[in-house]
Amino acid sequence: MNELATSPNARQSNGEGPRFDPGITEPIWKIRWKMNMRSLAQNWEVFKESRVGMFGLMIIIAFGIFGLLWPIMINFVWDPLVYHPVVGFDPIMMHPSPPVAGHLLGTDPIGRDILAQLMFSTGREFLLGVLSAVISVVVGTFIGAMAAYYGGFTDTLFMRLADIVMLFPFVPLLVVIGSMMRLDIFSFAVILGFLEAFGGITVILKAQALQVKVRPYIDAARVAGGSDLHIIRAHIIPNVLPLSFLYMMFNVTAAIVSEATLSFFGVLNIDMSWGMMIHTAETAGYLFDFGKYWWLWAPSGFFITLFCAAFYMVGRGLDEVVNPRLRKR
Amino acid sequence: MDALLKVEDFTMHYSTKAGWVQAVDGISFALNRGQSLGLVGESGCGKTSIAMSIMRLLPYNAQTKRGKIYLGGRDIYSMTAEEFRQARWKEISMIFQAAMNALNPVYTVGSQIVEAIVEHEPDTTEEEARRRVAELFDLVGIPAERSDHYPHEYSGGMKQRAVIAMALACNPSLIIADEPTTALDVIVQDKILREMEEIRRRINMSMIYISHDISVIAEVSDIVGVMYAGKLMEIGEADDVFKRPRHPYTYGLMHAYPSILGDKRDLATIPGEPPNLMAPPEGCRFNPRCDRATDECRAVEPLMTKVAPEHSIACHNPVWAPSSGGEQVGVAR
Amino acid sequence: MALPDSGPTNDVNDVLVRVQNLTKHYPVGRGFFHRQHAVLHAVDDISFEVARGEVLGLVGESGCGKTTTGRMLVRLTNPTSGSIVIDGTDVSSISGADMGTFRQKAQMMFQDPYESLDPRMTIFDIVSEPLNVNHIGNLEQREERVAEMLTRVGLAPPATFMFRFPHELSGGQRQRVAIARALVVNPGFVVADEPTSMLDVSIRTGVMKLLAELREEFGMSYLYITHDLAVARYLCDRIAVMYLGKIVEIAGSEEVIGNPVHPYTRALISAVPVPDPAVVRPIPNVRGGVSKPINPAPRCRFYERCPAAQKVCKESDHPELREVAPGHFAACYIL
Repeated sequence: MNELATSPNARQSNGEGPRFDPGITEPIWKIRWKMNMRSLAQNWEVFKESRVGMFGLMIIIAFGIFGLLWPIMINFVWDPLVYHPVVGFDPIMMHPSPPVAGHLLGTDPIGRDILAQLMFSTGREFLLGVLSAVISVVVGTFIGAMAAYYGGFTDTLFMRLADIVMLFPFVPLLVVIGSMMRLDIFSFAVILGFLEAFGGITVILKAQALQVKVRPYIDAARVAGGSDLHIIRAHIIPNVLPLSFLYMMFNVTAAIVSEATLSFFGVLNIDMSWGMMIHTAETAGYLFDFGKYWWLWAPSGFFITLFCAAFYMVGRGLDEVVNPRLRKR
Repeated sequence: MDALLKVEDFTMHYSTKAGWVQAVDGISFALNRGQSLGLVGESGCGKTSIAMSIMRLLPYNAQTKRGKIYLGGRDIYSMTAEEFRQARWKEISMIFQAAMNALNPVYTVGSQIVEAIVEHEPDTTEEEARRRVAELFDLVGIPAERSDHYPHEYSGGMKQRAVIAMALACNPSLIIADEPTTALDVIVQDKILREMEEIRRRINMSMIYISHDISVIAEVSDIVGVMYAGKLMEIGEADDVFKRPRHPYTYGLMHAYPSILGDKRDLATIPGEPPNLMAPPEGCRFNPRCDRATDECRAVEPLMTKVAPEHSIACHNPVWAPSSGGEQVGVAR
Repeated sequence: MALPDSGPTNDVNDVLVRVQNLTKHYPVGRGFFHRQHAVLHAVDDISFEVARGEVLGLVGESGCGKTTTGRMLVRLTNPTSGSIVIDGTDVSSISGADMGTFRQKAQMMFQDPYESLDPRMTIFDIVSEPLNVNHIGNLEQREERVAEMLTRVGLAPPATFMFRFPHELSGGQRQRVAIARALVVNPGFVVADEPTSMLDVSIRTGVMKLLAELREEFGMSYLYITHDLAVARYLCDRIAVMYLGKIVEIAGSEEVIGNPVHPYTRALISAVPVPDPAVVRPIPNVRGGVSKPINPAPRCRFYERCPAAQKVCKESDHPELREVAPGHFAACYIL
């Protein structure tokens, strides 16, 4: 019973008889690749329609270029002794210095160049945001799909866990974790990712997976003989994935904001970031004279806001791709 | 006799991102007081669009290209919004597809109908409106005390009856029923259709039934109109159309479905699929699926022609065979 | 309980599917502290057989339990009690490796062609899924087999359909894809749950004819679930009429349509609209509307609506099926 079952007509011509030619000239993987490219192109067409999304994407690209400039600047243009974001010092002027030639955005209270700090941090903000978002979404999708499909104990376990995580005040919890162990950017991203995953994301993705679970094509897959694992992997996860991807964008925002908050409190073992820049200004007491030393906090504050807004805007644009109902006719 | 509803060469297209959808194209018909018209066709043939056009309930992307619709002699598209708002319910009302969802779940059924009456006839006191609701419930066969119940306490058939009562609330002279029984089981469907017909006869009201099911249309219509791809293909007195369908599409529809009557017979298949209404075929819109199609059909659009006193078709090569018995002409098998 | 023998079509007694005392009860909500107040008798103690190569129609109104029955037969729903034997396999006891073998014997077609195909899969992936999950054949063989099936259901040439997504096909084409998926493992038995009811008339005829042809060609048996007696008559050898979880009448399809004996079947038949204004149908002789079989009283299920109800119908339990003519069974006291 394990050879390929054939219809009676085909059975007559079994053995060396003429085989049925599917009429396909290319290998399947190649066709699949082309199809993926095509649906990607179609989705891009829809995304392009969203002005908000495109605007956000352009900002992100600008940030990307800005971040990539850092290694070039520090290796070929700037003197590392003066422009190093953490230990640099410009001996020829008073600090903090307002924007002047040579320090386009001024310097901080201990003589470091603000522009260099911004540039250096951009790459790390990307790393942190994307890493934690990917972790949260991968874990959240998997758990959400499992909880929705199996229900019962699995569901209860993860949903109660989600309740606990959501109930816990997020920032104070992170402050406590941060003070207990010195968190560097990697471990912070991982912790943030898992907290997001067990919290809101799981609940949202589970709700989506529950909608997928009751679709007739899931029944069809079961009748076809698909195991639970097959159904989760081949049907539920692919149908939840667009939404996961959308929430990934929003989670980047959440990660950046958390990092900025915790850096401000000074509980992270991160030598430089946008949040650290504000922290530096604050600990040196320059934040009280609000308008006078604006270059100490405004550039990083602006960058945090813009960076988060950009991901949020891309998420809004993706929303139209993921939810066809939102599309304009 | 002056027609109650007159649709003249009505053409309405939807604007979409991909282009214009020619949903309703050159439809003309007239309906007298007390008559019932059955519009039959497959999904996407424009039957609901024409109903929405008559009700002036078209979505924002719809555009009337040509033609006029007269209700009681007045062009409805030249009325002001306020004038038409008053005409709606009092002269013309509609029973929507999936009508059971048309009732608001948080109000009792009775109060929803009272509200509709008071809204459209401000002179009526609430007391009078309540009495009217009791009469209406009696008319559609719901016990009067059920008017204080909420929609979820009603069965599917009862909700449908309540919606019919609501449509009747302001004594309209025309009701448009869009697939009024599609979601119901046959026994309930039968009851509702019988009741609607009885009410229609009793109060001499006009009715437009819209359905994909040619059998339902056969049961309730004086006049039958067959639509295909935004066009009216055949229209005429029901008896004549069903006895002598002239258009190959009508003929195909009638023979495509098994019957519980008579001998078990083979079914006629209409090959292919309905056309894309953004780029309908040249000539007759049915020509790619029609085995009687000639070069003329592929090039020249057929006009509505009278084939009997009250029977017109738009076809160059009509079927001239009786529908039951005899040779079966002009249908692909 | 007397088991209704298959009709006259089955003289060799080659039974493929044997269902005995099949029952499905659902607890109905309520019960804040897990007290179970009410039980819905969705399917209540039904028995029937399907012969090899036979098409049995299961007809009834919505909520009568016909779909639940079909789902139990392919084990999408587990029965509360009763036994189902398909081709010698007891369906309720299969597990593990036997499941794969069972899936190749019994398949199902679904009602909604828009919802029963995964929108993120290509037609090839959809049709080859039963081969894929049961590890049948290699990739090349699967390609051939899928192409063959697509051609067979009228989606030719297959190369133009295999690598498209469901939303690129019309309703009729999708239902053909769903048929190809059900038949790709060459099952002996297929549960068809109203596969044509959501299609437009001009498309529906083609799909119905295809189902009839495939049955001849593959020698399959169907359990054809439908609410439409005319479709059942066209496609089925025998028809079983269900009402509130019970089979009330079962006989050859011409017999059921032409000579119905149960009052419910009669009402059902007279309610079917006829595409001929000249025909005046009798008014279906039933009272009231369908209720739900929640904690049904021990009497005939049709009692409240029956025009011919008598004392015995109220005082005795629901009647058993008995043979009123050769191969014609009905569950009614007053026959």
